[in-house]
Amino acid sequence: MDERQSTGPRLSVRDVRFKHGPQLVLDSVTLDFAPGRHYAVLGPNGAGKSTLLDLLSRLARPASGSILVEGRNISEYTPGGLARLVSLAPQECRLDFPFTIREVARMGRRPYLGRWGCLDVEDERAVERAIAGLHLGSIADKPVTALSGGERRRAVVARTVAQDAPIMLLDEPTSGLDVAQALSVMALMKRFAGEGRLVVTVSHDLDLAAAFCHEAVFLKAGRVAAAGPIGECFTPDILAAVYDAEAAVRPDPFLGGLSASFRPRKAENGS
Amino acid sequence: MTVDNHIGTPPAKRRLSPWLAGMFLCLALVVVASASLASGYLDIGVADIAGLFRSKAIGSPVLLDEAAAVTIWEVRLPRILTALVCGAALALSGAVFQGLLLNPLADPYTLGVSSGAAFGASGTVILGLLFPGAALFAEPWAMTLGAFAAASLTLAAVILLAQDADRRLSPTNLILAGVILSAILSAAISFVKYLAGDQVESIVFWLLGSFQARTWADAGVIIVFFIPALFVSLWSAVDLNIMTMGARAAETLGVNTKRVRLSLLAAVSLAAAAAVSVSGVIGFVGLIVPHLVRILAGPDHRSLLPLSALGGALLLSLADMAVRSWLPGEIPVGVLTALLAGPAFLVIFRKRMAGRDNG
Repeated sequence: MDERQSTGPRLSVRDVRFKHGPQLVLDSVTLDFAPGRHYAVLGPNGAGKSTLLDLLSRLARPASGSILVEGRNISEYTPGGLARLVSLAPQECRLDFPFTIREVARMGRRPYLGRWGCLDVEDERAVERAIAGLHLGSIADKPVTALSGGERRRAVVARTVAQDAPIMLLDEPTSGLDVAQALSVMALMKRFAGEGRLVVTVSHDLDLAAAFCHEAVFLKAGRVAAAGPIGECFTPDILAAVYDAEAAVRPDPFLGGLSASFRPRKAENGS
Repeated sequence: MTVDNHIGTPPAKRRLSPWLAGMFLCLALVVVASASLASGYLDIGVADIAGLFRSKAIGSPVLLDEAAAVTIWEVRLPRILTALVCGAALALSGAVFQGLLLNPLADPYTLGVSSGAAFGASGTVILGLLFPGAALFAEPWAMTLGAFAAASLTLAAVILLAQDADRRLSPTNLILAGVILSAILSAAISFVKYLAGDQVESIVFWLLGSFQARTWADAGVIIVFFIPALFVSLWSAVDLNIMTMGARAAETLGVNTKRVRLSLLAAVSLAAAAAVSVSGVIGFVGLIVPHLVRILAGPDHRSLLPLSALGGALLLSLADMAVRSWLPGEIPVGVLTALLAGPAFLVIFRKRMAGRDNG
């Protein structure tokens, strides 16, 4: 991984532990994320996927270990400095006030703006690009309080895209989206990775991840179960161990990735 | 699903221009304040009042007769100014609280500011009864001071109680701590009323809220706290917009949410405490004005905050003029605002609910 030629920022997680109260949520997690790659963070519920994104965006601080952004410890950055490097589309976002989609996307420009929040031509261009990328152009002046669940989801992703950070973290960006929207969001993220950004997507959809991501990180019970290029770690053995079910993996020439299917484990030895 | 049916959240193109709305509100405020200045028991013409202002400004001798000049300068002007700035402070802090606590039902009183002030004011009356010799408690400004001190202490207690282990302030914890402290203080106020015996009338009248007999000192108190609150909240208006999406989202956008929340809480709560301590408890202004402004001109705090302040000033100066000149026997203005704005708020609330259901 270290030989890869690239100029963008990289992200490293070094032996990180994180506790939520008495409960250990992440334990001895060591990972390297390289620019130009689209990573899928996968695993069962409660494996620590969202917590990992919280740590990478400094919403939470590790109990021990360190997180390096471009070689510098994440805690050394100013809030604005970090926001220009790392963006996050959280899974939950409050949209209780009747701002329009365009206004929400404009908020993504906050790290570049002055006290009064005036956008220049370049800011407006980034906002319009984000709105177009998420296919929200026709409803950009609708208040977000009047949107459907999928539209709200895309509005939040549009805000993250407008932030235009070289490192993008997305927590289940396709949940609640219909098939066409989910495909277009994942394709957009893959394109961003192609432009040299580092994109990390938490997902529950293995087939979408296999088709649109370059690398996979499997978490289970707070530990890294497997990490590496999709082709190497999408194996029946790894999937079976991570998801506690019998697994089969077939190439999927139609979508251009792999297709995983599962069935319940047969009862073993009287258990 | 059409957005146009969504009451309470009109699409952006139907929003009023903030500049237009602001100019309209300023104009209305000037008209109401002038009318209020010219109305009352003594019949003094607008031309005479303008003459008085001119001679005060350039220092020439006052041509108006003594009683009329004193009525304008020492009675009506400070009262109108107090009502106006109190309305502005209440509506501004209501708008900030609603954004900060992510709760459209929040108002300046949510965090116990009014209960604290009421307890302080009634406590001062009791102290006056307990120590009849002490001149301090007999001073006219003693109730104001007591109310302000108790309101500020209540707020500090709410903030301390709401902090979690990481010294973070979540909106839910703040509201809960405010509700709990308010409940305790309300019980304490009832006890104080019981203790007050014959003096209970002065406490009850204070609690109802009024601008009767307010002086330049009262106007000064509220202005001194309102101006910094206005500047602090305008300074943080953009960050407040972003914080309506939740603290987590705001932090990933580079907002120092803890600092913004604490500075805003302190600034607008002190302004609200000052307003309550000079006027008594005047409800619904801080609740309904920001709602109306949001419906008319959108939720952007850069325009919402100044427009709410103007709207609150207009509403309370109008209400005070009504109780002073049009209605018989000086009804406390707090009663009038609650009777008018309460049902109006109910209508907005029901319409919003209807909009949510089919939107």
